[in-house]
Amino acid sequence: MASLLLIAPVAVPAAAACVYAVLGWNRITAWLGALAAAGLLTCAVALATTEKLYGGGHALGEALAGLLHSDALSAFMLIVIGTVALLAMLASPAYLAAELAAGHTGPRAMRRYGVLTQSFIAAMALAVLASSLGLLWVAIEATTILTAFLVGHRRTRQATEAAWKYVVICSVGIALALLGIVLVHYAGDHVGVASLDWAELAEHANRLDPGVMRIAVMLLVLGFGTKAGLAPMHAWLPDAHSQAPAPVSALMSGVLLSVAFYAILRVKVIADVALGAGFTRTLLVIVALASLAVAAFLLLGQRDYKRLLAYSSIEHMGLVALGAAIGNTLALVAVLLHILGHGLGKSVLFLSAGQLHQALGSSRIHAVHGLVTRAPMLAGPFALGLLALLGLPPFSLFASELGIARAGFAAGLGWAIAAALVLMLVIVAAVGRQGQQMLLGGGPGEAIALPRGVAVPLLAGLAACAALGITLGPLHSLLQAAATIAGATP
Amino acid sequence: MTDAMYVQLLDLACGAFLLTGVLVLWRRELSAIVWLFALEGVALTALIVVLGVWQADLELILVGLGVGALRAGLLPYLMRRALVASGAGRETQPLVNVATSLLVAAVLAMLAYAVSQPLVRLSPTPATQAVPIALTVLLIGFFVLVTRRRALSQLVGFLLMDNAITATAFLTTSGVPLVVELGISLDLLLAVLVLQVLTTRMRAAFGGTDLDELRELHD
Repeated sequence: MASLLLIAPVAVPAAAACVYAVLGWNRITAWLGALAAAGLLTCAVALATTEKLYGGGHALGEALAGLLHSDALSAFMLIVIGTVALLAMLASPAYLAAELAAGHTGPRAMRRYGVLTQSFIAAMALAVLASSLGLLWVAIEATTILTAFLVGHRRTRQATEAAWKYVVICSVGIALALLGIVLVHYAGDHVGVASLDWAELAEHANRLDPGVMRIAVMLLVLGFGTKAGLAPMHAWLPDAHSQAPAPVSALMSGVLLSVAFYAILRVKVIADVALGAGFTRTLLVIVALASLAVAAFLLLGQRDYKRLLAYSSIEHMGLVALGAAIGNTLALVAVLLHILGHGLGKSVLFLSAGQLHQALGSSRIHAVHGLVTRAPMLAGPFALGLLALLGLPPFSLFASELGIARAGFAAGLGWAIAAALVLMLVIVAAVGRQGQQMLLGGGPGEAIALPRGVAVPLLAGLAACAALGITLGPLHSLLQAAATIAGATP
Repeated sequence: MTDAMYVQLLDLACGAFLLTGVLVLWRRELSAIVWLFALEGVALTALIVVLGVWQADLELILVGLGVGALRAGLLPYLMRRALVASGAGRETQPLVNVATSLLVAAVLAMLAYAVSQPLVRLSPTPATQAVPIALTVLLIGFFVLVTRRRALSQLVGFLLMDNAITATAFLTTSGVPLVVELGISLDLLLAVLVLQVLTTRMRAAFGGTDLDELRELHD
């Protein structure tokens, strides 16, 4: 039973992908994606509750001869994947119907969309359930390949350019991570650990050769950091995320970045024992502040609202990296909560930005004005989503940012937190000004309608994000257990 | 196989591996670059097979042959087909001229030696002492990727990096576990196919595969 629960999160979306391949995308199969995502979420919740029964801290179980393994951290990441996938898949039918009506897509492209999105979700589930560094790498590289054609979905010049840059930069980045994995394997082989299983590597980490591990960890952080959109390897992100179809952007920004960061969390557990906590901490603080600085600098003069959202993702991944660098229990709980909150908020914004883009045909900020009067139903979620991402209460990002800041001051990283806060103030000012212009600025224009199929995920996402900000509810113990597994220091 | 012969054969394979990598910097015809990449795949295969014979490990020899089939057979074949389809045979003026590129390769080799000292120190066998060579090819591949303008040259640069990582894996330990190796090969093959389709689309959209055309997206 337990092993079935482990296989299902990968198997359900994969099966849905096969159905799309056979039947194509029609009125009925359009909702299959949402169904599969709901199935994934159900499995994730079931895994998390069994985790509770067993008590935190140790693995739930293994499946497929130990290839898959689940613990509180995997279960939590699966919940994030399931939630964001559900929002994105609920909005997909309406989005694709509008694309079809506008002549941007055809039946073949829609079939491919169904197959690729489901395979992409399956690959992410595989990544967080993989028990070895090697399989994790394979799954993350597979996400790059599967999303390449989704980024280039529209086949315009810009979309093709974005897809090319995306595949080349991410593949090169992740190739560096592969070299890191090879070196970890070398260090492990030397002390008699013949597999790449993390549990085993973490157990023997204190005997791994520090000289080799230093190079390996640097490569792994750089490599997976590329995929997580952290500076200085972030160049592909604004292009890819602004060109992909809105539901895919929501998946990529909302979860894929976090799944790549999850790999860094797993590496950090091994690295902290092998090299002491200082090494990864220094690396992560550098990339975190660099990401925040890049985001702040490029958000100031941003003229395109989809790219604005992409840079905001770089900012939030920077915050997540900063929290991971701090590394105590409070910080890691906040980091995981931040990952979930960002996933919800960013999906809402990308989905509403997709509606805007379809209605106006332009993603320029100055093309949008007076949203509040023209499209009150769309302006509401968009405005609330922006407030959520800027970290205002009652949304959960406020709580998690506060948690990261408090943990940072307690751990003696006050200077880094102070620098981050200054950069975040710049970001709040920039995004606030641009948001105000889109929502309130300018004269009247024609009304923009919001399809009901999109309204539901928008409101659900915002409600969940606000509810998490008020109370963690049953998630609290799961987050604590997951933080322990991610190597939280007291 | 005696010790001395093993070391000589290993060094010969590594030398060929390095030489083909450096020659990619020297040639500008795309067809020649694809040839060199195929030859490098052969050198990599030889390297793994020599290791396998020395360790009397049949599985390692078979894995080596599989790696060879992919990197010296299938991937060059796919690239040649793309080249014939596009009909464009020459690299336009690269960002860095050939003489400077070769000098840079020398600097990269020194860098690779400096960086890989800790790796060699851990267990100084003939095989691990060749790791700096693999890392040199990795850096050369990266250099090709950032200084060439044709889509196909960039692809070769990326694949050189990947060859170098595979070589490192086999020189340090007898490769990564088999499941992972299969996954990696599959990912690599798919990545190449994806990039190939994208070059076709690029030609349709831009009328060429000169990546200088990719200038629409920026801040």
